[in-house]
Amino acid sequence: MTAKFLPVAAALALLSGPALAATGPTDPQIAHIAYTAGSLDITAGKDALAHSTNPKVREFAELMIRDHQAVNDKAVALLNKLHVKPEANPTSAALSKEAAATQQKLNLLRGDAFDRAYIANEVAFHRTVNGALEKTLIPDAHNAELKSLLETGLALFREHQAHAEQLEKTLK
Amino acid sequence: MNRRQALILTPAVALLLFIPPAAAAPRTHIIIIDKMKFGPVPPGLHVGDTIVWRNRDMVRHTATAADKSFDVDLPAGASGKTVLKKSGVIPFTCKFHPGMRGVLNVAR
Repeated sequence: MTAKFLPVAAALALLSGPALAATGPTDPQIAHIAYTAGSLDITAGKDALAHSTNPKVREFAELMIRDHQAVNDKAVALLNKLHVKPEANPTSAALSKEAAATQQKLNLLRGDAFDRAYIANEVAFHRTVNGALEKTLIPDAHNAELKSLLETGLALFREHQAHAEQLEKTLK
Repeated sequence: MNRRQALILTPAVALLLFIPPAAAAPRTHIIIIDKMKFGPVPPGLHVGDTIVWRNRDMVRHTATAADKSFDVDLPAGASGKTVLKKSGVIPFTCKFHPGMRGVLNVAR
């Protein structure tokens, strides 16, 4: 009964396939999404430094702040050079909204509960953003330098994801 | 060349052939870090040689030996040096991004 599964497959194809290409994000929107994701993770890292006393968690948070700041600085320099102004868009807004809700929840937690929730969110956040980079943002980027920066960013953020996943296991 | 001269020269030639590579002057090799990867490790590394690690990435890295024989901090855009003090196979990584890896093959 393959017909049963066809509608799902078709829906998936519409979501990820070339159907969206014509209306995919522009470079100024892609830049805005990538920069926003980085900023949100920097904020989450700063919150973690304010809340956590676990040395491994603090080390991770420091790495997130340092690495994402470095990528965002590089992105700003590139956008200035290209005279591209990042453009606000629904994806950036959704990321920010979700991060604000997560921040509210995390701020109510203390100790191990905070550490676990922060790291679990870092795993989920990096998975989501890395998936978006891989499937949409990098393929849709037109400028070669922006594409290259995003590709290096993805390699870096995959390291972060692996680090967070590893850390998550030790906190259980 | 007569037979007597040939007999005298032969040991000298033999000595030249057997000068071990370790006696060569120490050399400097460069390993470039770019786009979250260690570049190719040069062949022919020997004890006494120097590795220059050049970080071309936007983020801070390290070149850290698995056996702890070296641990070089490499801020974005910076370089650092390691003098090879022992022979053998030495895997290395970046301790901040452990997916970045390489192996030094150091002869005596």
